[in-house]
Amino acid sequence: MAVSDVTTTSDTYTGSVRRWPVTRLLEDERWLALVLLVPTMVLLGLFIAYPFVKGVELSVTDAKVGVPGNFVGMQNFVGLLNDSIFRVAVWNTIVYTAVTTVFKLALGLWLALLLNRNFKGKALTRAFILLPFIIPTVLSTFAWKWMFDPTFSVINWTLFRLGIISSRINWLGDPSLALISVIIVNVWRGVPFYAISLLAGLQTINPELQDAAAIDGARPWQRFWYVTWPLLLPVTMVVVLFSVIQTFADFQLVYVLTGGGPANATQLFATYAYQIGVGTGLLSQGAAISLAMFPVLLVVVIVQLLYIRRVETL
Amino acid sequence: MAPVVIRNLNKTFDGVHAVKDVNLEINDKEFVVLVGPSGCGKTTTLRMVAGLESITSGEILIGDKIVNELPPMDRDIAMVFQNYALYPHMNVYDNMAFGLKMRRFGRAEIDARVKAAAEILGIQAQLQRKPRQLSGGQRQRVALGRAIVRHPKLFLFDEPLSNLDAKLRVQMRVEIKKIHARLGTTAIYVTHDQVEAMTLGDRVVVMRDGVVQQVGEPLELYNAPANRFVAGFIGSPAMNFATVTIAADANGLLWANNEGIHIKLPAEVAGRLRKHVGEHVTLGIRPEDLRVASSRDPADVAFDAMVEVVEKLGSEILLDVKVGPSTMAAAVEPTVRAKVRDQLRLAVNPDRLYFFDGPSQAAI
Repeated sequence: MAVSDVTTTSDTYTGSVRRWPVTRLLEDERWLALVLLVPTMVLLGLFIAYPFVKGVELSVTDAKVGVPGNFVGMQNFVGLLNDSIFRVAVWNTIVYTAVTTVFKLALGLWLALLLNRNFKGKALTRAFILLPFIIPTVLSTFAWKWMFDPTFSVINWTLFRLGIISSRINWLGDPSLALISVIIVNVWRGVPFYAISLLAGLQTINPELQDAAAIDGARPWQRFWYVTWPLLLPVTMVVVLFSVIQTFADFQLVYVLTGGGPANATQLFATYAYQIGVGTGLLSQGAAISLAMFPVLLVVVIVQLLYIRRVETL
Repeated sequence: MAPVVIRNLNKTFDGVHAVKDVNLEINDKEFVVLVGPSGCGKTTTLRMVAGLESITSGEILIGDKIVNELPPMDRDIAMVFQNYALYPHMNVYDNMAFGLKMRRFGRAEIDARVKAAAEILGIQAQLQRKPRQLSGGQRQRVALGRAIVRHPKLFLFDEPLSNLDAKLRVQMRVEIKKIHARLGTTAIYVTHDQVEAMTLGDRVVVMRDGVVQQVGEPLELYNAPANRFVAGFIGSPAMNFATVTIAADANGLLWANNEGIHIKLPAEVAGRLRKHVGEHVTLGIRPEDLRVASSRDPADVAFDAMVEVVEKLGSEILLDVKVGPSTMAAAVEPTVRAKVRDQLRLAVNPDRLYFFDGPSQAAI
């Protein structure tokens, strides 16, 4: 029986069955790979590569809305160097990204560690934690805008009633408070992503390791520092990478809350690029501002990807 | 090195009573094995001794000290886990050194102890490797090494060999035995494998549903099981059971009867069974106590059997036979020529019969 099986198989391969040329072509893995990749390449090209190239193209012209513009070289970028608002936006973006990332990581990790314990209503709590992340940002930000409103602020009302403050705080109108307020909202919105991602990471760590470390004489914080943290590091790095990229290019939250004001106190890369490019109609300058983010993000991505690779091969 | 005393130990999880009134005294340097089917409370008991699980009620003493409220790190114990629980991001050396580092030993002392343990276990060549670069057997050695370097008062083993293949398991079993003989540290070892229990334990504790069934030396459990559960659990292949009626004949002799069995009980056994005359009791026969009857065997120790399965193991042949309504296993000489559907006559050594009370299942 085995012998007859072999004959049948070899018959198939010697071509006794007729097949279309396309089918034969697709049996070559190189061609098959190409065919399978085409949809992705088209999508990426259309929605990522083309806008990017178009942006680069715009940034080296003096195009405005309705004016095609001429090639002006690096003039737009040179102009940015002398733009004091741009410098403020760069500084704000760095502060905004750095401060929120630290808080989001710390709070997210803390929440993840709590959620990783066994308690009643665990599943429900985990679902609840995700709420800020699920609600459309613009909606939740509008809610925050009301909470920060100088007249209707529920925060002010509470603090006032508790006797902590005697006059209303102008959360979004005070230049020194505005950035802090924006940071608070970003942290509120970002913590669930950290918490849930880190929780997923924590759950891949064998709980027996905690027992082993406890018996080995490690105190709770030593167990965290020597066992949990190093094992969670690869996940943490990926989460931070995504978060930094998103925060660095954050737009809608600031746009809804302050529009970059007061007096550019909360102006970020993205809001400034929008204001110049779309608001003022100076498309080429807006493109240049957007592109100025690119090298910074590129460095962040490269550094972190290298680090992740190193951690993973440990 | 220390004795361990467990008094009236109880554990309830969410209303499930997992460990019930366990009492156990373990002598200094003794190797005690807790054995039982899964869910019998053996691992929970071990984890309470380790301090990884809180105690619902009762007391645990290590040395002369009550350790109920002590965290694991202060109990001076070392534990070997079922899945090794090696730190994946540390190499073998650091895995073994971790407990010593946490206890602030000097670098030279740590180095000396790790190297000594590595030598005992034959893993000197792997010290710089990561756990994932090791085979299962090597990982288990590292886990043992991590326990040895600490020179603890008490070793706890939680099914340490269950992830190894059969051959390696036998090899590591011997090694654990050697290490214990060399170090003399008191050890509590949890397993579901009765062969491991019998070969490793100075004494064996058989547990079921959170209750200790019997504590004793391995041969004591084998020869004098306290109840039907212990009898069936200890020994491989497992003991055969059949329900029989005890009957007295005109001469006052006692017989164990059912549809397939009609055995005369020797005087000593009969003495114990006299008050059960007319009752149904469980008869237990170990497969190794059955043999193919020869012409010398009297008729009152033999019964007819029909062969259903023949397993040739080389050193012996295992027969699954039908005796009356029940199935029995018999371990017979390798020279026996038996085929499926053969009719055989099996003989039993009447001094090796076990009887268990019907309702309580306790040995009679």
